[in-house]
Amino acid sequence: MENNSEKITIYVMGKKHMVPEDLTIMKAMEYSGHQFTRGAGCRGGYCGACATLYRKKGSYKLEGALACQKIVEDGMYIAQIPFSPAEKKTYILDEIKPEAATILEYYPEVSRCLACNTCTKACPQDIMVMDYVQASLRGDITQAAKLSFDCISCGLCAVRCPAEIVPYNVSQLARRLYAKYIDGPSEHVLERVKEVEEGVYDQDIKELMTASKETLAERYNTREIDLNE
Amino acid sequence: MSDYISGYPESMQESLRKVAESRANRVGKQFTPMTADERHKVLEEYHPDWKMDQKRELKVGPCKGELMPHEVVDILEAHSVIKPEDIDLSNIDYDVDVLIIGAGGAGLSAAILANDNGVDPDNILIVQKLRLGDANSKMSQGGIQAADHPKDSPTLHYLDIIGGGHYYNKPELVEAMVKDGPDIIKWHEELGVLYDKLEDGTMQLAPGGGTSRRRMHSCKDYTGVEITRVLMDETINRQINYVEFTSAVEFIMDDKGQVAGAVLYDMDTHEYKIARAKSTILATGGFGRLHIQGYETTNHYGSTGDGIVMAYRAGANLMHLDSTQFHPTGSAYPEQIVGQLCTEKLRARGSQPLNIEGELFVYPLETRDVEASALIRECYGREKGITTPSGMKGVWLDTPLIDIIKGEGTIEREFAAMYRNYSKFGIDIRKEPMLVFPTLHYQNGGVEINVKCETNVPGLYVVGEVCGGVHGKNRLMGNSQLDLYVFGRRAGVVVAERAKTAEIGKLNLDHLDRYEKWLKEGDVETDRKSPILLPEYRGKKTLDHQLKLL
Repeated sequence: MENNSEKITIYVMGKKHMVPEDLTIMKAMEYSGHQFTRGAGCRGGYCGACATLYRKKGSYKLEGALACQKIVEDGMYIAQIPFSPAEKKTYILDEIKPEAATILEYYPEVSRCLACNTCTKACPQDIMVMDYVQASLRGDITQAAKLSFDCISCGLCAVRCPAEIVPYNVSQLARRLYAKYIDGPSEHVLERVKEVEEGVYDQDIKELMTASKETLAERYNTREIDLNE
Repeated sequence: MSDYISGYPESMQESLRKVAESRANRVGKQFTPMTADERHKVLEEYHPDWKMDQKRELKVGPCKGELMPHEVVDILEAHSVIKPEDIDLSNIDYDVDVLIIGAGGAGLSAAILANDNGVDPDNILIVQKLRLGDANSKMSQGGIQAADHPKDSPTLHYLDIIGGGHYYNKPELVEAMVKDGPDIIKWHEELGVLYDKLEDGTMQLAPGGGTSRRRMHSCKDYTGVEITRVLMDETINRQINYVEFTSAVEFIMDDKGQVAGAVLYDMDTHEYKIARAKSTILATGGFGRLHIQGYETTNHYGSTGDGIVMAYRAGANLMHLDSTQFHPTGSAYPEQIVGQLCTEKLRARGSQPLNIEGELFVYPLETRDVEASALIRECYGREKGITTPSGMKGVWLDTPLIDIIKGEGTIEREFAAMYRNYSKFGIDIRKEPMLVFPTLHYQNGGVEINVKCETNVPGLYVVGEVCGGVHGKNRLMGNSQLDLYVFGRRAGVVVAERAKTAEIGKLNLDHLDRYEKWLKEGDVETDRKSPILLPEYRGKKTLDHQLKLL
């Protein structure tokens, strides 16, 4: 690609670099000579490895973003936060219950929530973090699970929370409780598993496994396609 | 669209107008799928796999003479990053029953099942080059296949897989996929994975390219994120040992010819460490970051093909590495996200690929290799692509159709990630289409395994994208998510059993000397070293797109 973009100034951990103005923070850092070990992952907004804090020129505000999803701006100060020393409680899902008290038992600090909304403002996914923390506090597991679903555990909420809550670990517990106990299994899945165990499909599949390539191709090219709902 | 400010430059506006004008007439419009002959023709003329000048014969080792992409041959015809004489094998840092290399969906499943089957958490070691769960597994958007709907059957799933793979798949591996499939979904639900469901509690299922039934289970378009984070949480809850930012660089062998662990490299401190293990499971993922033929990729930063290199040096058999999957719809604009995945589910839910005239030119759900070839043909054969300011070509994927067909709000609900990512770069996919072009997505081939995930080298088990044989020469959407758990779980059971009897002999790295001999015999003279561990993007390389197209 021809890049004729204007060059702008950014500061990576305080050090000045000139980079093309249309790069993401991640690519701008690579352009300026960094090879990531920490601080880069999927590079597409799915893994949360590249949590970054930045301050724009002339602004007092400390803002958060994913380095792979944010375009650099002139005068931007950048520091990556590739790791949060966050507490994660361990539990055996089979032995806990989807009750209001469960989340507070493992994460009592949820009750320290100041409802200041700093977590929501810090979230690069625009998740209503405070709302799901509050739902957890009320014991509303369903709401906590649904509101937090798009979380990618980048850690920016935990880094900024004045009450030192780790929202993404709290919501992981809520989602697993919700999925296992409240949403529950699909009956048709269980029925099919039983059929497979009983060997219902064994003979048909054996037939395909031993068929010649020509027979398979014939079966494949003439198979009935039914994509209706 | 009067009050909406377009996220695309002026040069694309005329084509966008044609797309908007023809939209109402395209609702519900079908395009006839290709015949077997038409498919063969478009593949031969346009699929990157058929460009023979982009491949060469491997000159070393037991797979000598096999055609592979230059980029793959380059990492195989290379020296080890270590010299045996520099490594002290008597100083063992980790001594375990099970060593798992790679902590994506396959590695984590293997760890959990090894633990379920009696291996103590302390006797398992997961090493991971980057963070726990840093893998392509997490990046799967559209879904996971399993034939559990009453209208579907494992038999139909078998036929779809093997036909889609052009009949190169190993039958026993396909059988394992289709029979284990429903049980994988059951297992996920027991672990607390939240699947999309209909009002009545049945699974919301979508079709995929080349499927004969709706079989795709999804978790919005964060399917891989949801499943992987649950497996990570479970691994941590069980206190299974894991070490992050630690990469395996070579296997260690013993005097009985078994793989007996690995030489590890600490990515932070740059020290080598020794792990001895009764069984070793390789789960390192694929090679997207090798940028085969200069293609952009959907893949994770760590997908540098390390596993095939290590396994080949240890004498493992490779298969189907001549075949690479190019996903039909990678982002072609905006520039910042070029190459990133636009999930196949977008087409499954009604969006259509359109050319510069706003015309539908292909059945939206051909298998991936055929669909990708049709897109390349539209841009470079028929010259009906749309050119971006940086000179890339692409075709439209008309996403606004989804809300028209499935109801307003569907995009935000089912494609939260896509909608969010594009919004960040100024494009509202509810109102405007995406510009797409094929992107390097998946390593179809790899290390040959059987249903027990065994290789031809005792002690070495291979699972996930790094293995070969499951998908033949073309994988269907949602089957890589499935294969991670099918073979990950199987490997976990097998190594737990093996831990009861296996005994490790005297450790050595003699296979690296043997590999040097193979390089000499093949007349390979090179400075290259592998595995490469991290891709090189520093400086101007950040801006490179060197598509070796036609």
